[in-house]
Amino acid sequence: MLTARYIADDKLMPWLLSLAETRQVLAPVRQGGQTLFAPLDADSQLDLEGLADASAKAALLPRCETLLEFHYSKGEGVPSRTELEVRETLPDRDAFLFGARPCDAKGFTVFDRVYDGGSRRDIYYCTRRDKTIVAALACTDPADTCFCNRVGGGPGDTDGSDILFTPVEGGYVIEPVTERGEAFLAEQPLVEAEGRLEEARQVRKDVAESMPGGDPLGGAQGEVLRLFDDQEFWGGVAAKCLSCGACSYLCPTCYCFNMTDEINGDDGVRVRTWDNCMSFQFTLEGSGHNPRNGKAQRMRNRIGHKFSYYPELHDGNLACVGCGRCIVHCPVSMDVRAIVAQARDRALAKQEHAND
Amino acid sequence: MTSTDASNLYLPDMGTIQEVIEETANIKTFRITLNNPDAMRNFRFEPGQVGQLSVFGVGESTFVINSTPTRMDYLQFSVMRVGELTEKLHKLRPGDQVGVRAPLGNSFPYKEMRGKDIVFVGGGIGMAPLRTLLLYMLDNRDDYGKITLLYGARSPFDMAFSYELPDWLEREDMTTELTVDNGTPDWPHHVGLIPNVLKEMAPSAENAFAVTCGPPIMIKFTIEALHTLGFKDEQIITTLEKRMKCGVGICGRCNIGTKYVCKDGPVFTNKQLKELPNEL
Ligand SMILES: Cc1cc2nc3c(=O)[nH]c(=O)nc-3n(C[C@H](O)[C@H](O)[C@H](O)COP(=O)(O)OP(=O)(O)OC[C@H]3O[C@@H](n4cnc5c(N)ncnc54)[C@H](O)[C@@H]3O)c2cc1C
Ligand code: SF4
Ligand code: SF4
Ligand code: FES
Repeated sequence: MLTARYIADDKLMPWLLSLAETRQVLAPVRQGGQTLFAPLDADSQLDLEGLADASAKAALLPRCETLLEFHYSKGEGVPSRTELEVRETLPDRDAFLFGARPCDAKGFTVFDRVYDGGSRRDIYYCTRRDKTIVAALACTDPADTCFCNRVGGGPGDTDGSDILFTPVEGGYVIEPVTERGEAFLAEQPLVEAEGRLEEARQVRKDVAESMPGGDPLGGAQGEVLRLFDDQEFWGGVAAKCLSCGACSYLCPTCYCFNMTDEINGDDGVRVRTWDNCMSFQFTLEGSGHNPRNGKAQRMRNRIGHKFSYYPELHDGNLACVGCGRCIVHCPVSMDVRAIVAQARDRALAKQEHAND
Repeated sequence: MTSTDASNLYLPDMGTIQEVIEETANIKTFRITLNNPDAMRNFRFEPGQVGQLSVFGVGESTFVINSTPTRMDYLQFSVMRVGELTEKLHKLRPGDQVGVRAPLGNSFPYKEMRGKDIVFVGGGIGMAPLRTLLLYMLDNRDDYGKITLLYGARSPFDMAFSYELPDWLEREDMTTELTVDNGTPDWPHHVGLIPNVLKEMAPSAENAFAVTCGPPIMIKFTIEALHTLGFKDEQIITTLEKRMKCGVGICGRCNIGTKYVCKDGPVFTNKQLKELPNEL
């Protein structure tokens, strides 16, 4: 393995800008009072304090992306429009995602299992994944709303990353995680970390130990499912939900999408956009029937998917990485940790009651 | 022409509408061939599988391939006009281009059904998925026992596949009964709701499978009727409808708990449905 590298604080931005000459560099920058992942340029105001407001998922699954382009033309001598040309528009740009937090990077592993599932390969996502180096930045100051340690992660974890940056006195220690990350680093004009590796490890260890504990939220598959028909529970949980969808749009593991066509004259595109299971329209059928008519059913699906259905299908891995964005940004302060804990308590209480 | 990358799940094959059949006031049947002769020759599907039809500029929607794999001259889709895409599809004519992403989803357990009596109960556009299985079985007639079809629609004018009904009624190797909610003076068949007619017909549940498809309310009462006739949940097969987009289990729209209607369905036995979380 390539030895670790080091970069001093004041060299970071110039290095990122030099990278940006040949590939897109996405990094957390200040924009209109928020910190969001955006293409970096010389005017960008890099913000590496805490967690960005939105997750980094748009780097691999853009909010809106063109899948196909099409063009109608008049057939020879036929007045109706019958000739049609359709072209796929695959991503072709190399990218460097800098400053994703370990939870954001782990979110990509949640995507990988679905979008790169053997015979079912989403070529748009997979191409972007192949062309993007994910450089995570270990956390040094987790927020009260962070709970990566309760969902199988940690503030210095490397799941889903190619490279890990760890803040140390005066700069960052940079360690390769994957072969791709290693090959990338080998080409960079960065100095060796020399004796600083131990310091980086200590930083990560201290931060991990400083995080408040709490029951792990995994292994609740059965409990959540057992409450499926418990209208009272889900009704209570969802009572104040506004169905605004902020929780899923900001979540690094929510990956549902819609596909729609846009046409202008003879030319058009088929685009894919993020979608959101908290919305009434998501499952509305032609007959007017809606299997998730109420917000209680939609909340049940969101929590159920993250903590029960997804883990059931994917070896117990949760579809929540504990970033806490849904807690921070929910206008009515829903707390996903509390919902799962309540679900478990309720299911256990019911179980005991049934056993009495 | 299409730039074809077989590994792109979302890139449809281009197809040409060969024939449009006006079935009823709001159902049209489209016979489509893929433009690429190799793709057409190599196209394989099983009865019950679906496809996404694209009208570029409007979008995609899911329809059952209701032709049979035993006759591959074209792929047939019957489409009820209900909204934006189906409205546009209904305006297309022979020669027009559409996109086809197929086959998707699972199929009827036609192999396990061999040697059994088969009872088909179809309502309205729900006859479409039954047609593919029925034709398949008629083309492999010796593999199956008694074949009974009960097909119902609102009125005689709402019966799709009317050009095939005389054959189905006359054939000696199957029993066909038709019913409508509202008859006309010259309507020679049943008048009455499907589940009631089914109970009158009283097909035997012994060594049999029932396949039913139609509006949710019809399915519900048909299953009740089948139960009274002695059919067990594992002998009753139906197809589910959910709003679908990707059709391959990624977009996350069509799940019921851990099952995705687009890849684990649309075909389920009533036994499987009862094991699913209650979110139909
Ligand atoms: C597995 C499966 C097989 C199907 N087979 C057939 C078939 O053989 N023939 C046929 O006519 N129809 C079939 N359908 C239904 C068909 O997909 C919808 O009627 C069609 O997508 C509606 O498209 P639209 O653009 O015209 O409607 P829209 O303009 O999109 O919507 C009109 C209304 O239909 C609802 N809707 C949209 N898409 C669907 C959908 N996929 N399922 C239910 N409601 C929807 C909308 O919520 C809205 O209320 C099938 C659906 C599924 C899931
Ligand atoms: S559910 Fe909430 S805490 Fe979990 S990954 Fe999504 S936004 Fe973060
Ligand atoms: S952010 Fe809060 S209010 Fe909005 S949909 Fe999610 S849980 Fe409901
Ligand atoms: S239609 Fe996308 S997951 Fe089923």
